[in-house]
Amino acid sequence: MDLADGFTAIFVSLGAFFFFAGWVGLVRFPDSLSRLHALSKADNLGLGLVIIGLMPQASWPFGVLKLVALWLLGVLIGGATAQMLAGAIHLDDGREPPGGNGDFARRTSEAGRNNEPGAAH
Amino acid sequence: MPEIPLPDPRWADLPLAFAVLGLALWLTLTRGDRAAVIGFTGYGLLVAVAWVRLGSVDVALTEAALGGGLMGVLLLTAVARLGSDIDQPRPSLPGDLLIGLLCLGVAAGLAAVVLGLPSPAPSLVAAVEDHQAAIELGNPVAAVLIAFRAVDTLLESVVLALAVIVLWSFGADRAWEARPRALDFGEPSPALVLLARLLPPVGLIVGVHLFWTGADHPGGPFQGGAVLAAMALLVWLARLGRPPPVTDGFTRLGIVVGPLMFLLIGLAGVVLAGAFLGYPDAFTKPLILLIEAAKTLSVAVALALLVAGPPALSGALSMRRTGSTETGAKA
Amino acid sequence: MTEAQIYGICGAGLVGIGLYGAILGRSALRRLLAFNLMGSGVFLVFGAIARRGGIVGGTLSDPVPQALVITGLVVAFAATALAVALLIRLAAVERDEASAEADSEATDSPAAGAAPARGPAPGAGHAWDGRG
Repeated sequence: MDLADGFTAIFVSLGAFFFFAGWVGLVRFPDSLSRLHALSKADNLGLGLVIIGLMPQASWPFGVLKLVALWLLGVLIGGATAQMLAGAIHLDDGREPPGGNGDFARRTSEAGRNNEPGAAH
Repeated sequence: MPEIPLPDPRWADLPLAFAVLGLALWLTLTRGDRAAVIGFTGYGLLVAVAWVRLGSVDVALTEAALGGGLMGVLLLTAVARLGSDIDQPRPSLPGDLLIGLLCLGVAAGLAAVVLGLPSPAPSLVAAVEDHQAAIELGNPVAAVLIAFRAVDTLLESVVLALAVIVLWSFGADRAWEARPRALDFGEPSPALVLLARLLPPVGLIVGVHLFWTGADHPGGPFQGGAVLAAMALLVWLARLGRPPPVTDGFTRLGIVVGPLMFLLIGLAGVVLAGAFLGYPDAFTKPLILLIEAAKTLSVAVALALLVAGPPALSGALSMRRTGSTETGAKA
Repeated sequence: MTEAQIYGICGAGLVGIGLYGAILGRSALRRLLAFNLMGSGVFLVFGAIARRGGIVGGTLSDPVPQALVITGLVVAFAATALAVALLIRLAAVERDEASAEADSEATDSPAAGAAPARGPAPGAGHAWDGRG
């Protein structure tokens, strides 16, 4: 096990620890929103640490760039899905999502409604 | 660094196998349908990791894309529309135990077969390697799929097209001109709209790259086509576009072009290379790439349409909770 | 124990679990999930065979069983899509029949809860969508 492998082992283990911490939050927190918060924060950090840990094992430059692209995609999709889940949780509890559904969504959904051929909403 | 030996990777196999079995048992026994479907998506991804440990990266990619991703979307739309329909009462405890013992017996018999497999194991690796040079493909799985067992792959493309036709036949007669509505879930969340604007260009590149690199590295038309289908589904779910009506000519052309190209080149092989699905020596790789490109397009269209469902007249299913759609425990 | 044996036995266990769920599953969708579990288990047994063949041949995995499993995965997905569409159609037909019966029973009073919230009226033709 040389320096690169040791670096990988340490950082991937740290990342795994943060995933585990996210699981603890999922199990122990009282309501859905705080569980979602714990899970998304811990998972993003865990993913970042795992990607950093894997970089010495990848080829330079394109392997490392692909890992960075994976990480960026993971962060983007994780953030967006956390937002969607939070909106669904708010609807579940009978409230509107904070800030309504946003001007952006209102514009696109109105555009979508105009395209529908007379379907009921 | 002190000289610490790397741990044996097989230490990871037992926990992974236990996790797969435990998750499968949980999603069979749990009460909520929606929880079971979400568990099934996670199960698909764990099985994909198991396939990587078995050395089959092509299968792992296909399992992750189809078994994890697309099947998850399909089953979630089913759960949203079916609700929780318990149509079979729980049997008495003796009957339950008896069936459990029967299943345990089946599993034990199969495990005995696995442990009793002949040694040395029969292998076709040498046969594939001997003939792979003539095909000029670096990926042996791709060589097997497109050249050595090409009839299977041709029939599978036809099966996908037939599945779409059968799916369309489930729509009501009056709805034939309408669009599929299984993905119609009311107003999309703004985060979903953002994803549907940012991800499809990335997904397009990744899908085409997966098809192109499948000639020499793990990948291929099925994996690339699944990613392209997922991008189309993302756009339809976010209502930035709509699934095409079944009467659309371009859609029908897209479904058919893959099997048709395969069949035509196969028939041309009768004349040019002396056998059905034989490839003439001079044009082997270009012909193979042409078939695979057409197949990627057809697989993408067919998979997206299979999830989109039959044509229907009814309106959207709202995301707001009504009492009847509440199924299982919340996360 | 080699990894081929571990995942082969895992596949055998999945076939058993899937069979149990297919026989005793509460709803049709659960039985469909269990059927997919059985298929997945069979593919893993195939994968174990491929791994053993690959070790003998000097590569990671025998490509011929891999190709068969890829074909099987695609066909299993297509079959599941058809099964899902059948289930939804069946639910819609049963729902239309139930509301048609309720309609015929309450001929004088307006059928308050019988009509679905959205979509064409019951009896005017089967809506494909199980939820109206």
